[in-house]
Parts: sequence; structure tokens; C-alpha cells
Amino acid sequence: MSDTAQNAAVGRTPLQLVARRFWRHRLAVVSLGVLVILAALALLASVIEAALGVDGNAVNLFGRFQPPTSDHLLGTDEAGRDVLVRLLYGGRVSLAVGLAAALTAAFIGTTIGLISGYFGGRMDTLFMRLTDGFIALPLLPLLIVLAALDLEKLGIPRDIAQSESVSLYRIVVIVALVGWTTVARLVRATALSLRERPFVMAARAQGASSLRIMTAHILPNLASPIIVATTLSVGNVILLESVLSFLGLGIQPPIPSWGNLLTNAQELIWDAPALAIYPGLLIFVTVIAFNFVGDGLQDALDPRSLEHDRS
Amino acid sequence: MLWFLGQRLVQSAVVLTVMSFVIFGLIGLMPGDPVDLLISADPEMTSDDIARLREIYGLDRPLVERYGVWLWAVLQGDFGFSRLFAQPVITVLLPALGNTLALLGISLALALAIGLPLGIYAAVKPYSPRDYAVNLMAFAGISIPSFWLGLLLIILFAVVLGILPAGGFGTPGVDDWSDKLIYLVLPAMSLTLASVGGHTRYMRASMLETLRQDYIRTARAKGLSERRVVLGHALRNALIPVTTIIALDFGFLFSGALITETIFAYPGMGKLTYDAVMGNDFNLALICLLLATLVTLIGNILADLAYAWLDPRIGFEARQP
Repeated sequence: MSDTAQNAAVGRTPLQLVARRFWRHRLAVVSLGVLVILAALALLASVIEAALGVDGNAVNLFGRFQPPTSDHLLGTDEAGRDVLVRLLYGGRVSLAVGLAAALTAAFIGTTIGLISGYFGGRMDTLFMRLTDGFIALPLLPLLIVLAALDLEKLGIPRDIAQSESVSLYRIVVIVALVGWTTVARLVRATALSLRERPFVMAARAQGASSLRIMTAHILPNLASPIIVATTLSVGNVILLESVLSFLGLGIQPPIPSWGNLLTNAQELIWDAPALAIYPGLLIFVTVIAFNFVGDGLQDALDPRSLEHDRS
Repeated sequence: MLWFLGQRLVQSAVVLTVMSFVIFGLIGLMPGDPVDLLISADPEMTSDDIARLREIYGLDRPLVERYGVWLWAVLQGDFGFSRLFAQPVITVLLPALGNTLALLGISLALALAIGLPLGIYAAVKPYSPRDYAVNLMAFAGISIPSFWLGLLLIILFAVVLGILPAGGFGTPGVDDWSDKLIYLVLPAMSLTLASVGGHTRYMRASMLETLRQDYIRTARAKGLSERRVVLGHALRNALIPVTTIIALDFGFLFSGALITETIFAYPGMGKLTYDAVMGNDFNLALICLLLATLVTLIGNILADLAYAWLDPRIGFEARQP
């Protein structure tokens, strides 16, 4: 019996089909579980802090580099702060920045790709040249310059430019600014083929505006490539954020992030090598999990793997 | 062919010029300017002095004019003076470039020597346990933060085992290439491990695609051994997209060098770029960034050329827009 007939017989919706195919990708399922646990831990950072009875910001210079104890489950850092609580708060920042930057990049990429693919012609040439240009840039050196820019010279008021949380927004903006190209290319390629389909022509014949055709008719059909590309890019974005923060150019202390927790770890590597292990391990686990989930979603959402199933 | 090459070169020159203006503008937006640094060095300076200094340095003139002056000097081979090293930029640049090329050359060769065979090995038996294992390793390779990998290598080889230096380039007072080689081991290992995952995945995907082709079925049907089919027939074609991707990855390599060199204090272009940006060394930072752009553009041209040269079905003319 063919897959379609079977599905019709038991009445599976497309979403259930996707879930079933995703479920088969064991690594992706495990990864999704890991991500949910990590996100929950990060969100509950303050609750866990209170439950453990420690203060993540409390400096204790007499209790530096403590090994793991019942008070400090992962020991203490160079200022005597609790490593576990710092990691949880760092995770909150790293995950939030990663998601925010990936979503912003996806939004920019979708807009550019959709306009480019739908209108074609000169607009398409212009946007695709722009995309090619961005891809040809030396990414990290450029990000370092962007991260080092003086915001006041850009006309941003002093009190905002000097505030503590500005490094969060800055990193989201600059990572999104260079990260939209993959989504733009994918969306453009799909939009290019969709605009010739009968349902788009039907909508046009009914007098729908270009904006309405793009948002109401083409965009929903672009969901799969956008979801896959965004999931895969979250991992990349977290990597970029962590390396910039590690180099002292991303998220600025005292706000902890997994990247900047490693900044001091290198100087202290002879005294406290363990401090260099935990934050990196968390970045690694998070990034690989996002990559596996993205891979699983790709297999689950790709219509070609549907045909693969049927054969 | 020549026409195609010429066209790409002109295109790249345009991109490079546009980028040089963008980079020049961005560097101007970094904190401080050369005069601010002089002011902080001399507390007795009056505001008249400052105005005069700004005039001497040309900082009172508009951006486009300053860019023009700078570009004209660069075109004549005058890259300016590095504030950080108190030497002409070109004197600082050349040794660093040599060191980076040595590091990147070794790492790329090693990453290919490991990644390509692994990719083929996995693709020959897709969805088998060994394919699964190779895939897992490749995923780990692309997901590991390269700076953390560097730190782990330092912990293992320098802190715990104590057999390799944690950073630097050459023992002070020793001028011997074999001594320098020891300092290359950890950076090269770190960079190799960071890029081998990508190469493995590209090779596997390309080989899988090639092995589905009709002529492979023909080769198998006429009774060739699997070894001959894979290495004699499929490999050449499977390598075409891989070559292209490797050339396109030049810019990525440069980014990798920046992280690795900074961690291991290896005196190459990557560390130089980082130091120049962090140390407000405007002249040096400009040239470093332009060089990085140039390397990426050359990689793109090489990718196009390799694509057309390796695959006779793709003419140079056909690639014109």
C-alpha cells in the first residue's frame, strides 16, 4: 500500500506526518530534548540560584577556585563566584541572543529573498549581487570592526551608547546583519519557482496586490526552508556570539555569556583548567543540538524525503 | 576563457574598491582618532594645538577626500605607518603574512588529507554504522567552538602533558626552524580539527550524489570492482563541487586563523588584524581588512575557474550572467 493511501486510511494530517518523520531521526529528538532542558534551566536560573542558597554575583576573594562542594556544585571562579549559577545566567543570555539574532536574520533574509524572487528582473539582480557581495566578505575580521565601532559617532545618544545592555543589542544587530544571506538565497530560489504556479496566477487574476500574493500565498509555502535554515543558523549565531564575547568584543561583563565566561579562563588555564571546560562544553552541546534538530527538520519537511519514503 | 577571467577580475576590483571605502568609513567610526591618541599622550596640549594637528593629519576634511588621499597613497605602494609597532605597515605585514600562509597551508593540507578519505569512506556505505560514526564526528567538528577547541588542546598538551608550548612562535633566543615547528603543532592541529568536519560532509554529500548516476551503474554492470568504480570513475566527478567549496572557504579559513592565532599568540595575519583593531592602529587595521577581502575574492575567482576547468560541460561563456 502506498504511503498516501495508508495516511488517508488513518487520517494523518501533514503536520502529523512531519512529526512522525522527525521522530524517526533519533539524534534530532534527543537534541530537542537537550535544548528544552537547557532552555528550562536557563529560564529558571534565579529559582535555582535561590534553591541552592547562593548569590551568583557575590564575590568571595577568600573562596577563589574552590573545587566542587555541596555549597558550590561546580566550584567557584577567580572571584569566588558560584560557577554553576554563572553558567545558568550565561546560558540565558547566550540562548536569547542566539535566538533573537537568528530570527532577525531570518526576517531580513525572507524579506529580501521574497522580493527578489517574486519580482525578478533588475530587483533580483541587484539583491542577489548584494547577497553575493556579503557572502564574499571576510566575516570575522569585519565583525570585529563592527563590534568595536564607537556608537556615539553613529549619532546614538551617550546614555544609551554607554549603558550596560547595549552590548546585547549590538551583537544581535551585527550578527543578523551578516547572517541573512543563507535564508535570502533559499527563499529567493523557492519564491522564483512558486510565482509561476497556477495558484499564484489565480490570485493575480482575482486582482490581489503583489503584497497580498507575497504574504498570503507565497510566504506560507516558504515555511519549510525558512524553518530549517533558521534552526541551523541558531547554532552558527551562538558560535559567532561566543567567539566575539570571548575576544572581549561581544557581550560585556558583568553580564555573563558562555563566550565571555571563557575570556578569563585562558589566563587562568594553569591555575584552574576546569573553568575553561564548562562554558565551552555548553556552547558545543547547544550548537550540535541545534544542528541535529535542523538536520532532522530538513529530513522531515523536505518533500523529496517524502518521495523517498514512498519508494 | 581570457574574457571570462578578465570579466571576473574587473568585477572583483569593483567589489574591492567598494569594500575599501566601506572599511575606510567603518574604521573612521571606531573610538578615537590619531589626534585623540596624541592628546592623551600630552596633557599640556591646547585646543589651538589640537585644531592645528587635526589640520596636519587632514582630519578636518570630509570623509571622501580623506579616502581619496589614502587610496592614492596606497596605489603608490605607501601603506602608511603602524602606530602599534612603530614601523611602516608593510614591514609589519610581510612576516605575518608568511607565518599565516605556513599555518593555513599545513592545516588545509591536513584537513583535506583526513576529510576527503573519511567522506568517501562514509559515502560508499550510506546509512551504515560507519557512515553514522563519520557523520557524528563531522557534526561534532562543525559544532565545536574553535577557540574552545584551542583551549582544550592547550589544557591537554601544555598543562596536563606538558609536551608542547601553549603559545608564541619560537623559543626566545633560538633561531632554528625545527624549534618554530614545535610552536606550529597546536595551532595547526586546532585549525585542522576545526575545518575537517566541513570537508568530510561536502565530500560525503558529493560522493553520494555521484554514486547515484547512470554511468556508475554501467561501470558496476560491466563487472568492475567497487574500488575501481569509486576511485576510478566516481571520484573525479565527485571532487568537482568539493574543489569549488574549498576555494569558496578561503575567507572562512582566514576567520579561523584569526581565532586560532589569537589564542596561541601566533604572529600571523589573524592576530595582527585583531591587535590592530583593538589597539586603534588605523593604518594597519585598514590594510589587514583589505587583505582579508582580497584573499576571499581570490578564492571566489579560483572557485569559478576550477568549476569551469574541471567540468568540461560548463563553458566559461555559459557562466556569464
